[in-house]
Amino acid sequence: MITIKNLVKKYGNLTVLDNVSLEVYDNEIFGLLGPNGAGKTTLIHILATLIKPTSGTAIVNGYDIMKRSSKVRSSIGIVFQAPSSDDMLTGYENLKLHSLLYGVPAEIREQRISEVLELVGLTQRKGDKVKEYSGGMRRRLEIARGLVHKPKVIFLDEPTLGLDPGSREIMWKYIDRLVKDEKITIILTTHYMDEADFLCNRIGIIDKGKIIALDSPWELKGSLGGEIIEIELKDKEAESKDSIELLLEPYNNFVHKVEFNDKEGKAVIYVNDASHNLPIILKAINDNSGSSNGVKSVYFRSPTLNDVFLKFTGRHIMIQQQDHAEGGFMERYAQYGNK
Amino acid sequence: MLRGALWKGMHNMEINKNIIEVELGKLYAIWLREFKVFLREKSRLVASIFTPLMWLFVIGSGLGSVVSNPSALSTVVYSTAGEVGSEIDYQQFIFPGIICMSVIFSSVFFGSYIIWDRKFDFLKSVMVAPVSRTTIFIGKTLGGMTTSIIQAAILLVIGLAIGMHYTPFSIVTIAVIIILLSFALTSLGLTIGSYIESLEGFQLIVSFVVFPLFFLSGALFPLNNLPGWLSILTMVDPATYAVDALRSTILGITGKNPFVVDIGILLVCVIALGTIGMLSFRKMKAV
Repeated sequence: MITIKNLVKKYGNLTVLDNVSLEVYDNEIFGLLGPNGAGKTTLIHILATLIKPTSGTAIVNGYDIMKRSSKVRSSIGIVFQAPSSDDMLTGYENLKLHSLLYGVPAEIREQRISEVLELVGLTQRKGDKVKEYSGGMRRRLEIARGLVHKPKVIFLDEPTLGLDPGSREIMWKYIDRLVKDEKITIILTTHYMDEADFLCNRIGIIDKGKIIALDSPWELKGSLGGEIIEIELKDKEAESKDSIELLLEPYNNFVHKVEFNDKEGKAVIYVNDASHNLPIILKAINDNSGSSNGVKSVYFRSPTLNDVFLKFTGRHIMIQQQDHAEGGFMERYAQYGNK
Repeated sequence: MLRGALWKGMHNMEINKNIIEVELGKLYAIWLREFKVFLREKSRLVASIFTPLMWLFVIGSGLGSVVSNPSALSTVVYSTAGEVGSEIDYQQFIFPGIICMSVIFSSVFFGSYIIWDRKFDFLKSVMVAPVSRTTIFIGKTLGGMTTSIIQAAILLVIGLAIGMHYTPFSIVTIAVIIILLSFALTSLGLTIGSYIESLEGFQLIVSFVVFPLFFLSGALFPLNNLPGWLSILTMVDPATYAVDALRSTILGITGKNPFVVDIGILLVCVIALGTIGMLSFRKMKAV
């Protein structure tokens, strides 16, 4: 559906996309996961022909983004990070506007609009001005708008940014249904791990303009090998990574890796089959520590995408609070003033 | 053979007709959005009518009491061709200028509203659609013209209260002048808006574009007997020609320039500013 070939985007000396090549298959939900500023939105804007790459190209739905940008535009739908509908118009009017802009034939226009309104659950509110919508409803209207011309691909840029947990779950449900009902390909960007985990068939982890990992969520998590044990020690000063590593050396048939978080005094141990091996590890540490030291608390869990991200980048993904979704004209003016 | 070619030809015509329909649909969509927003932002409409009325009634009457010396006005209005003997007071004298003022303000402001469209990503959502920049530009310009024309029409009706009268012919002429001026100035506003990215730039437009266009147009004073430098500045202001043409049409007095010259220069401005606007839209960054 989409083939990205050696895309590079530079702004002056700053490389935003660094030789990105990628394949997105038909009818899948592909997630671009990365922190803010990783290049996710730039990549989507290039694929949607809004900005030109410095070098490289991509084929979207059979059309080259550099040569046939108008064809690309007709065959894609895009939902931007910040809702872009006109809030002085009603939901219906926004959809009509976009169906005209996309040349949806007059005979099927009304029917399409009703269909997408139904799909995102806004039929009841179609006659209300968008400024009266909640943040979640605005996002859903954006999705309806992106679908009104029956695109083959839809890009969702941070579809749940700034939504409350309830609205997020509703949104996920709609996105999931899209692929099943409308048979389209979805590319979404997110910096929410749970979102990528829940929705995506495949995930590309992007950091500093590079795709650093690409696989299904379970394969990515599986690549960490088994589970993660976090051990907090009584005396945070006494132990060091080296000594724990040394202690666990004999068990390297199930212990993959030991990390030590100095700040929290926690040892992070990657192991196979934690439920059986945890007692062995605890015993090893307790037996070899003085009476004043030893294990204070222990916690084990399955790896999350956050751990995957940590593994590939050495950093935690940063969550920034950002909310474009709410507010009418004056509120948005106030928001603008604060930036 | 021939029938086949004919059929193919007709088929092509059918396709072309569809393409035209689709393109007109896009233009209509962009225009309709502007029109609906205009109708809904009541405060904008009220403000845009109220300011010209302040000028007409407060400045018109206030300053009018100073320049109401009939002999002074008769040099101001150096020939009352057509309506011999009808006295024109200052308020009536500036009425055509105030119409132009409303067109100047609403057209240039309308164009620069595109800054807001960009700020709130609406513009991006239009630019990612398969719509040419030229279509976006023309649709926006038509939208701006519509709002300017509606405001001017309201003011023309209010003009009846201060003794203006119109003939069917003068109404058509007035409409042509307003259409030309609003097209040129909406294009100007859109051009500026396509370059300015911050809302702070909006204030600069007010100070350096809107007010000079208004003050230099001769809306408030007669253009003869001006000092040389001012006279030259008034000549580079497109609105000057609209005020002049409107004054001769509405008040029935001889303008500074022949009517045809005024219209001709306005047409040149329309073509020049329209072209510049279209080109700037093509260059405008989407993100």
